[in-house]
Amino acid sequence: MLDFPRWKVRAIWLGILVMVLLAVPSLLPERTRAQLPGWVPTPTINLGLDLAGGSYILLEAKTSDVATTRLEQMREQVATEMRRAPRVQIGDISTRGGRLSFMVRNVAQVDAAREKLLSITGGGAGLTGQREWDIEVVDQTRFVLTQTDAGLTQAVDRAMDDATDVVRRRIDELGTREPTIIRQGSNRIVVQVPGLDDPKALKDLLGKTARLEFKLVDTTADPAAVLRGDAPVGSQILRYQGTGQPIAVKRNTIISGDQLADARQSYDQNGQPNVDITFDSVGGRRFATVTRENVNKPFAIIVDNQVISAPNINEPILGGRASIAGGFTVDGANQLAIALRSGKLPVDLTVVQESTVSPELGDDSIRAGILASVIAAVAVIAFMILTYGRFGIYATTAVVINVLVILAVMGMLNATLTLPGIAGFVLTIGTAVDANVLINERIREERRRGRSVIQSLELGYKEASRTIFEANVTHAIAGLIMLLLGSGPIRGFAVVLLLGIATSVFTAVTFTRMLVSGWVRKNRPTEIHI
Amino acid sequence: MRLLKIVPDNTNIQFVRIRHIAFAITALLTIAAVGLVFARGLNFGVDFVGGVAIEEKFVTVPPLDQVRSAVDELGVGEAALQQLGSDANSISIRLPLADDAPPGAADAVVEKVKAGLAAKFPGATFSNYTTVSGKVSDELIRNGVLAVLLAVAGIAVFSWFRYEWQFGVSTAVAILHDVLMTLGFFALTQMPFDLNIVAAVLTIIGYSINDKMVIDDRIRENMRKFRKMDMPQLIDLSVNETLPRTVMTSLTILLALGSLLIFGGHVLRGFTSAMILGVIVGTYSSIYVSSSLLITLNLKAGTKVGSSEPTTAERANP
Repeated sequence: MLDFPRWKVRAIWLGILVMVLLAVPSLLPERTRAQLPGWVPTPTINLGLDLAGGSYILLEAKTSDVATTRLEQMREQVATEMRRAPRVQIGDISTRGGRLSFMVRNVAQVDAAREKLLSITGGGAGLTGQREWDIEVVDQTRFVLTQTDAGLTQAVDRAMDDATDVVRRRIDELGTREPTIIRQGSNRIVVQVPGLDDPKALKDLLGKTARLEFKLVDTTADPAAVLRGDAPVGSQILRYQGTGQPIAVKRNTIISGDQLADARQSYDQNGQPNVDITFDSVGGRRFATVTRENVNKPFAIIVDNQVISAPNINEPILGGRASIAGGFTVDGANQLAIALRSGKLPVDLTVVQESTVSPELGDDSIRAGILASVIAAVAVIAFMILTYGRFGIYATTAVVINVLVILAVMGMLNATLTLPGIAGFVLTIGTAVDANVLINERIREERRRGRSVIQSLELGYKEASRTIFEANVTHAIAGLIMLLLGSGPIRGFAVVLLLGIATSVFTAVTFTRMLVSGWVRKNRPTEIHI
Repeated sequence: MRLLKIVPDNTNIQFVRIRHIAFAITALLTIAAVGLVFARGLNFGVDFVGGVAIEEKFVTVPPLDQVRSAVDELGVGEAALQQLGSDANSISIRLPLADDAPPGAADAVVEKVKAGLAAKFPGATFSNYTTVSGKVSDELIRNGVLAVLLAVAGIAVFSWFRYEWQFGVSTAVAILHDVLMTLGFFALTQMPFDLNIVAAVLTIIGYSINDKMVIDDRIRENMRKFRKMDMPQLIDLSVNETLPRTVMTSLTILLALGSLLIFGGHVLRGFTSAMILGVIVGTYSSIYVSSSLLITLNLKAGTKVGSSEPTTAERANP
């Protein structure tokens, strides 16, 4: 039990040395760390938002939007496809009840219509081999398309991935440092931005879907009907941003934000802030064609279903550039530019949970946490040495190394230290000592029973190890559950707790046993003070 | 150097003898704790009921009633105010948020309070704020309850497999007792009960089980060693043998927690208070709930406990 081959002793010391060195970068101030030469590995622990200050924002997507958008897209696709030669005459197209239905005017064309439908719904089977749409024919000439659950789930999944990308791009545009953006579950996105103490601008930006559309204004609409909210066939009523005034526009989008190459905040000739947009080559060509065909007609610029302005097309716009003006503030224009540039969100996001900590409170918490940890360590060390003498010194050396090893492992895992995490450290100091208390008490006991020094030491370590193992397994069960079910700060606590349990087995048992065995071999004690 | 010895050698305290009285007191206390939870309720933080929590730091110690009336004037709902223990200049303000509130409603509340307080109390600043929607808070409650139940069940099953079913049952009962007592403590003091407290409860479970395992392990060892000894005597022996360790460990952890309570800042205050209570209750329940319950559950001396081979101690000391 107390036999330690020389290579093992060396391996243990080497392991500890490496761990302690790896813990060092996390303890250095950021400035010193930056000055280190590049080849020095610097695993560092991230500070949680409760320590660094910053914002935690949990966004939830309205996934029901995905179904609606998909249905609308399918409706447009069907309409386009049926118009294409050989043309199939259809009518009475509707998206009521979450299903797309339309009638084929000529019974003889039902098979042709089915062929076309199969081609746009991916032959009935998507990439995964699962059908995304169910196609049904009722009353011989009416087609009904229903989204399958599998198809919808896939679409939601894609939309969430896209939304996460868009959120990341938008936050990057704000120039905040080291934001974390993670998709969570089926319909949520977690955003963590350290150092941000007023997240209002960020939330405004993420709240924008930024769906940009250009539509022709329906000039034939009866103004009185528009005021009542009645639109002519093929048109819809939208409202102006700000004033809420209604306006009738054609349903068909002539060009959308998908074809944007860039968007920048700028100023018009009157010095008013506006947003300059540049289309990509496809969009530019299309914009040129549409404006050429509609000279002297007004078109509406629509963002998120609100009309920003409805200028007149005075001449064909050929350069693929346009500008959106409409009583913006500089911030408002800038925000819209960022939102447009980063692409539209495929789903609406709302903030369902938010927590913002000021950097001052974070600093206070770090200071308090460190002070409490140091005092706790000093108190525990003094207590242990007073109680167990030499063995107390061994135990506390183990505890100090244990803390450094936890820091090193957290640095390598790039883990996050939260305020509850600091509490976890303090608690680990307390519980890591428990292993040594168990061992030392057992040695005392065996000595009292009259066993020899060597026998007592061996038995002490052997019997206590079993107890320590069992106690640690149960303790780890609680920690694992916290890690799996907990959120945010609690996870930080669980990480420290679990690491502490794992590393304390090594430091409190193996390492102290090695120290004890070295001392015994050298001094051959006939009596021990414990 | 003379070493400190907190517990004298070879104690022989007859813990088990007063177990019936202890059971009665424990049962009464537990019922009282549960009663308190139902009667007074827990002072749930925004994590669990949803709403807005704002922590505002003032330049001087603010008069609570003036702050309250200032917030009331804003028409953002009924505010719950609380002075933060260590930092008298800080106040936590909690405000409700309707379940069907439109997106951005929480922001509006936060902005209103921020502006309103800054106008009335120059120099007042935000330390932090949290908004939680009703939907998320429901999930947090569900996850919290689930975590605690899973932890208790997982640990009970583990000790049932490792030992005998009696150990599993007695451990689970003792841990449940610890959890209920902690809840009772929070109902009594009306300290805010938030996510951190759930972490504290889970840690208490972890600590408490640690403590019980050590004693259970010794009971098992002694059951093999002394096959003829009757159960109460055997449990007394085991508890006495492990007493120095129990006391030492509890003291070291309390030392660490005490320093956290005094110096750790107000954010961790609830967490640390819960932990300190839990360590005391958990140590008590190891002796008077889980160990004593083994006798009631009729664990027979001489029962073969566990399947591992006889220990060295047994061979050395027949």
